[in-house]
Amino acid sequence: MGRSLARFEDPPLLTGDGRFVADLNQGARFLRFVRSPIAHGRIRSVEIPDHLTAFTAEDLHEVSPIRPLLHREDYLPIEQPVLASQKVRYVGEPVAVVVADSPEAAEDAAEQVYVDIQPDRPVVNALSALETNAPVVHDLVGHNVVVDACFETGQVAEVFSSADEIVQFDLRSQRQNALPLEARGSIASYDRRTGRITLIASVQSPHVVRTILADLLDLPESDLRVVVPDVGGAFGQKFCLAPEDVVATWVAGRLRATVSWIEDRRENLMSSFHSRDHHYRIRGAFSSEARLLAVDADLVCNIGAYSCYPVTCGVEPLMALAEFPGPYDFRTYRVRSRGVTTNTCPMAPYRGVSRPVITLAMERLMDKAAARFGMESVEIRRRNLIADFPYTSVTGLVYDEGSYLESVNLAAEKIDLDDFRRRQQAALDQGRRLGVGFSVFSERTGYGTSAFAARSMDVTPGFETVDMTMDPSGNVEARLGASPHGQGLETTLAQLIGDRLGVDPSRVRIVHSDTDRTPYGWGTFASRSLVIAGGAARLASDFLRDKLVAIAAAELEAAPEDIVVRDGRATVVGTDTGLEVAEIARLSYHSSHRLSAGMDPGLTSTATYNPAGTFSNACHAAIVEVDEETGAVRVERFVVVEDAGRLINPMIVDGQLHGGITQGIAGALYEEIRYDEEGNILTTSLMDFLPPTMAEIPNIEIHHLETISDATITGAKGLGEGGTIGAPAAIANAVADALRPLEVEIDELPITPARLRRLLKSVEGGKVIG
Amino acid sequence: MSNRTEVEVRLNVNGRDYRVRVEPRRTLADTLRDNCGLTGTHLGCEHGVCGACTILADGEPVRACLMFAVQCEGMELRTVEGLADGDRLHPLQQAFWENHGLQCGFCTPGFLMLATGYLEQRPEPDEEELKEMLSSNLCRCTGYQNILKAVKQAAAEMRG
Repeated sequence: MGRSLARFEDPPLLTGDGRFVADLNQGARFLRFVRSPIAHGRIRSVEIPDHLTAFTAEDLHEVSPIRPLLHREDYLPIEQPVLASQKVRYVGEPVAVVVADSPEAAEDAAEQVYVDIQPDRPVVNALSALETNAPVVHDLVGHNVVVDACFETGQVAEVFSSADEIVQFDLRSQRQNALPLEARGSIASYDRRTGRITLIASVQSPHVVRTILADLLDLPESDLRVVVPDVGGAFGQKFCLAPEDVVATWVAGRLRATVSWIEDRRENLMSSFHSRDHHYRIRGAFSSEARLLAVDADLVCNIGAYSCYPVTCGVEPLMALAEFPGPYDFRTYRVRSRGVTTNTCPMAPYRGVSRPVITLAMERLMDKAAARFGMESVEIRRRNLIADFPYTSVTGLVYDEGSYLESVNLAAEKIDLDDFRRRQQAALDQGRRLGVGFSVFSERTGYGTSAFAARSMDVTPGFETVDMTMDPSGNVEARLGASPHGQGLETTLAQLIGDRLGVDPSRVRIVHSDTDRTPYGWGTFASRSLVIAGGAARLASDFLRDKLVAIAAAELEAAPEDIVVRDGRATVVGTDTGLEVAEIARLSYHSSHRLSAGMDPGLTSTATYNPAGTFSNACHAAIVEVDEETGAVRVERFVVVEDAGRLINPMIVDGQLHGGITQGIAGALYEEIRYDEEGNILTTSLMDFLPPTMAEIPNIEIHHLETISDATITGAKGLGEGGTIGAPAAIANAVADALRPLEVEIDELPITPARLRRLLKSVEGGKVIG
Repeated sequence: MSNRTEVEVRLNVNGRDYRVRVEPRRTLADTLRDNCGLTGTHLGCEHGVCGACTILADGEPVRACLMFAVQCEGMELRTVEGLADGDRLHPLQQAFWENHGLQCGFCTPGFLMLATGYLEQRPEPDEEELKEMLSSNLCRCTGYQNILKAVKQAAAEMRG
C-alpha cells in the first residue's frame, strides 16, 4: 500500500500480446452497419440485393426497443429501436446490417444497400429545439423536452434584489466525443452445443450488458455470457449500451454462427456517443464582501436523438442540477435543467459527465465577480469555499472532509502568484499576453445505490461484490464485477489485498470482465472501482485474514490477538514461532479435520460494499500565453493540488491525473464535434476532430494532499474524472485573465484559434463593438 | 464480389518470411493482423493520424494502415512482436513499464515502434526533438508525460 508498484497489466500490452476485441475475430463472419445519411426523415424502403445476407428492423421485429427509464415525472421515456424503424433521427443511425466473409466484402455489401428516406426538417441545436415550431424528434412526446427538472430554495428574488453585485452570463460548451483510441466492437458467438451466446465486447459493464441483452432479446440471462477482453480506452463511451451489440447478438443467434462488428473511426465519431453539448444562463448574487449569496441557473443539455441505457439522458441535466454548487457555500439556489432531443448522435456520460461544464460555470462566475470587486481570483474563492465538514449542500449532498481551502492556497503558492503578476505585466509591456487561471472543484466519487436511487433510476447501480479464494498454495484469486480497462485496478487491488493478507501482491490474481466467472456488478465508471470494489476486496480479505489467524492461533496454541500476518507468515507476536501462509492454506483444505469445530474447510469469502459516496477535491492552476495574431493558446504551466484521500499506488494516481487533465485541456482548446444546419456531421476524421498530441500538452505538476475521511473503509477516494473536470475552467480563466485588458469574455469552449480571433475582432480599443 | 483477384505476397516480418494471398487493396496493417496473425499492430483511425499502427519498414517508422501489403514485398518489416529479445524486454518496453508510459495499452505498440525507429537513427536527440517526433502519435490515456519520460530513459540506456 502506498507504493508505486509497476503494473501487473503491462507486460502483455508491451509485447503485442494484449488481446483487444478486433484481435479475437478469426473465423468470424463480418458485420457492417448501413447507416442513415439523413438526420431526420421517414424510411420509405430499404432495398437489399438478393445475393446479400442483410437484416433490417422488419427482421428484428421481435427485439424490444431500448427504453431507458427513470421513475420521475420530470423525465419522459423515449424508445430506440436497435435498427431504425420507420423513422431515422440522426446521421449515422444504424438502419440495416449486412453479413459477409471479410471486412472488405462487408463494406462492399453495405454500399449496395439502398435506403430510401423522405427527409423531414431536422433540428440540431438544443435552443432551436425548444422553439415552439421546432421539428419534433419523437412524435409520441410531441415536443423535444424529455427532462425538465427544477429545484428552488425560495427567497431567490429577494436575495437578488438586495444583492450588492449581480453577475450574469451565458455559457456554451460545444460537443465532444470521448474518443477511446480503440473504437467500439464486439464478437457474438452462438454455441451449437449449449445454445448459449457469448458476446465478447469492448464495454465497461459486462453484467449490465448481459441483463439488457436478455431483456431485449427475451432470453434467460443464463443463456448469455459477456466477456470483456483488453479495452483500448472507454472514458464513458463504452458504458452505455451500443445498439450494434444487440444486433450482433441477435444475428449470431439467427445464423447460429460467430459474427464480428468492429467499428471504424468514422462510425465512432458519427455514431458512438457524444457529450458536453450544453447551453447555460447563469446569474450569481454577491454581497459587498464578495460572498456568493445565490445562484439562479437555466441549464439546457442537448441529449441527441435517444436516451442512453442504463443511466438515461437524465444523467447530464440531473447531475448538473444537483452538483452545480460544487465546492461553494451558498444557501439560495434556483435551477431549471432540461434535456432536449435533437437530430444528432445520442449523448452518454463522458469522463466527468456534467461536471467539466458546471465547474466551468462556477469558476467563470467566481472570476467575473472577482474582477468586479477588484480582487484576486484566489481571494474570492477563499471567501466562498466550504470549510466545515461534513457539509450539506443546498441540494442536500453531504460532503465528507476535504481540503478545499488548503488546495487553493497551495496552488497559489506553487504558482507563485505575486511573481506571476509581475511577470505578466513585464510580458504585456512587450506586447505578450500571459494569464493565470484557477479552478477549484469537488469530485463526487465512489457512490453506491443510495446516490443513484436519488435519481429514481429504474436500473440502480452502486454496490460491488468480491468473491475471494486463497488456494491450497496460498495464492489469492479475487473475482469482481467491476471491469477495469486501463486504470491499473489489477495492481492496486492486489496491493490492497496483499497488504491485508500478508502476501506479496504478485500472489494475488484479479479476475474480472467475464460474467461466467465473476459476481454480478456494475462495471467500471464514475470514479468508483477502487473505492467500491476496493472496499469489497478489503472486507473479503478481512474475513480470510481472520480465518488465517484463527487457524494459526489454534495450530500454534496462541491467542488470535497475538498472531501477526505479514510477509507471507503468521507468527506469534514477539517470537519466531509461526507458519507460512501457504502452510495454513494447505492445511485448511487438506487437513480440514484439524480445524476448530464449526469452521468450514478451505479459504473462501464473499463481500459486498455499497458506500454512500465521498468527495475528492482539487485545485488546478494554469498559466497560458495567448497569441493575438493567430488566436492560439499555449499552456505554459499546469499545477494540480489533488486530494483523493489515501493513495494506494501514487504512480497510477498521477497517471490518471495526467490523462484526465489532458482530456480537459482537449475540451478547453481543441476538440469539437460539429454539425451543419441539416444535421450532417462535419467532424468524421481525426483531421477534423483534433485530440491534442504531445506538442500541445505541458508538463503537469502534481502536489498531493491526503485527507482521510471515514466515508470509505480504505480511506481512498476516487479520482478518475477530476483531471477532466477541473482543467477546462482553469484554462478558460487563464485565457480570460490574459485578455482582461481587452474586456474579452471567455464563455464558450473550446477556445479554438478561429473562435478567439472572432472574439478579438469584436473588440476595439477595449470596447465591445457589434 | 466474392471472387476478387488475390495475389501472393512475400513479406519478411521480424526476420521471418510469410507467404500470404491477399487482395491488392488489403492494407499492410490488415495483412499483418489477419494474414500473419500479428495482432500487436493496432488500428485506431485507419487514416494515418493516430499512429497506433506504426511499424518499421526498412528501419523507417510507417503507418501500416496507409500502405498496401503488395507494396511491401522485399522490405524488412518490424512489428512490436519482434521488439523483445526472448523474455528480455527492449529498453523502450522496460522504460514504458517502469515509467507508467501506458494505461489501456492500445497506442503502446505504435509509440514503441515509432521511438525505436527514431532512436536507432538518432541516438542523441534533445527533448524538443523527442517531443516533436512523439507528437506523431496519439495517446488518449496517459497525457504523454510518462511516455516522454520513458523514451528519454530508454534513449540513455540504448546509448549505453
